[in-house]
Amino acid sequence: MWTLYKKEIRSFLGSLIAYIVMGVYLILTGLFLWFVDGNNVFDLGIASLQVMFDIAPYILIFLVSAVTMRSISDEKRLGTLEILTTKPITDAAIILSKFFASLTLILFALLLTSVYAYTISQLANPVGNVDMGSMLGSYLGLLLLAACYTAIGLFSSSITDNQIVALLTSMVISFFFYAVLSMLGDVSWLDSIGRSLAWFGLEFHYDSISRGVVDTRDIVFFGGFTAIFLGCTQLVFESRKW
Amino acid sequence: MSIQVIQLTKTYGKQQAVDHIDFHVATGEIVGFLGPNGAGKSTTMKMITGFIPPSSGGGSVCGIDMVENSLEVRKIVGYLPENNPLYPEMYIKEYLTFMAGLSGVSDVKKAVTDAIALTRLGPEQHKKIGQLSKGYRQRVGLAQALLHNPKVLILDEPTSGLDPIQVAEMRNVITDLGKEKTVMLSTHIMQEVEAMCERVIMINKGKIVANEMLTSLKERHKGSLEDIFKQLTHHVDLI
Repeated sequence: MWTLYKKEIRSFLGSLIAYIVMGVYLILTGLFLWFVDGNNVFDLGIASLQVMFDIAPYILIFLVSAVTMRSISDEKRLGTLEILTTKPITDAAIILSKFFASLTLILFALLLTSVYAYTISQLANPVGNVDMGSMLGSYLGLLLLAACYTAIGLFSSSITDNQIVALLTSMVISFFFYAVLSMLGDVSWLDSIGRSLAWFGLEFHYDSISRGVVDTRDIVFFGGFTAIFLGCTQLVFESRKW
Repeated sequence: MSIQVIQLTKTYGKQQAVDHIDFHVATGEIVGFLGPNGAGKSTTMKMITGFIPPSSGGGSVCGIDMVENSLEVRKIVGYLPENNPLYPEMYIKEYLTFMAGLSGVSDVKKAVTDAIALTRLGPEQHKKIGQLSKGYRQRVGLAQALLHNPKVLILDEPTSGLDPIQVAEMRNVITDLGKEKTVMLSTHIMQEVEAMCERVIMINKGKIVANEMLTSLKERHKGSLEDIFKQLTHHVDLI
């Protein structure tokens, strides 16, 4: 499992994907946080990363899908999946290696923005006067959210041998579970049904963790969500046996 | 007995890709698995190597059940799939090191050096796989199958798409390997079998139509192997 994990990481580093993902993430969040007119840090006058945490889930939908799109689809296209699956390694180990490799990459992109966190804490008055609970909660939320997106991405990558199809499928599913479900919660005529649906959306739980209150239910939800999509990926792997 | 297959069957929908076949390959034998395209050669090999499970029936490799204990079987089998899939962007050594790790080899460096020597990849070993000629790519595929020093080699069309010189080299390598290992190779080229194999298993439309020593097969049917092949596969067509 470790061997495959290392190979995946190396192929990210070797193919520029890693640098592009980290660069794009840093630039986009930076733009929204410091430069985009209207609600950047200076306009709001509040020393908080809230602007970044609001926009990051949408940027991640795109980036995580881009990272995971070729992980399985390319192995299918090249036929190397047949070599991998005839080595003494289980299907589950293959999927988990790829999952953790992609998640590691995203984790590094998230960690890079700690530069912004440091800047914000220096800007605060007095220096360091920031809501640490909310900030750490939001980072944890983003990581859990990225895990969900990665699982969705791997699943999308497993159902096709075309990277573009995988990318689009992953973005649509991720957007549905993050944004669409929570929008349904605001539709007035859906009333309580809408609110129940929103509970199944990722945004509901992300918002909850972002407040700085780490609730076990949210963690379990993110964990379960990730596990379900990884399980679906495993099912697709096994479908060759039917 | 290195490979033992009993009533092995694979059904895709209504089509019987492999239809209740039985055969065995003794330790140290080189056996040619012969048949027209679509006869079920690759499907049979995929079942032995654990890529797909059989619909019914089963078998064993070196006494280990191929369905129940697929992971154990994979440790002692080296497999070169049809079309020899590879990662074009990886370097040969990088790829072989990766594969050795996956195969659970303890001394990875030695395994890679040995496999490169065995397949005579030496002069090209620092190149990327994507830059290699087809002949060398095929050797990388074979090297990958040899890394964990498997007892049994399963090679699916190891010489397809090679030029005559490369074919001859590949044959030499496989014949050498056959001195120590059990080899089962599939092909639809008759000369291949005559050059390398002691025994032939012929398969057509999922059924075995011949399974005997090359010499006795030729004696019994008179004529070239090609004629026998045509005769046997045609024969089944009529039924």
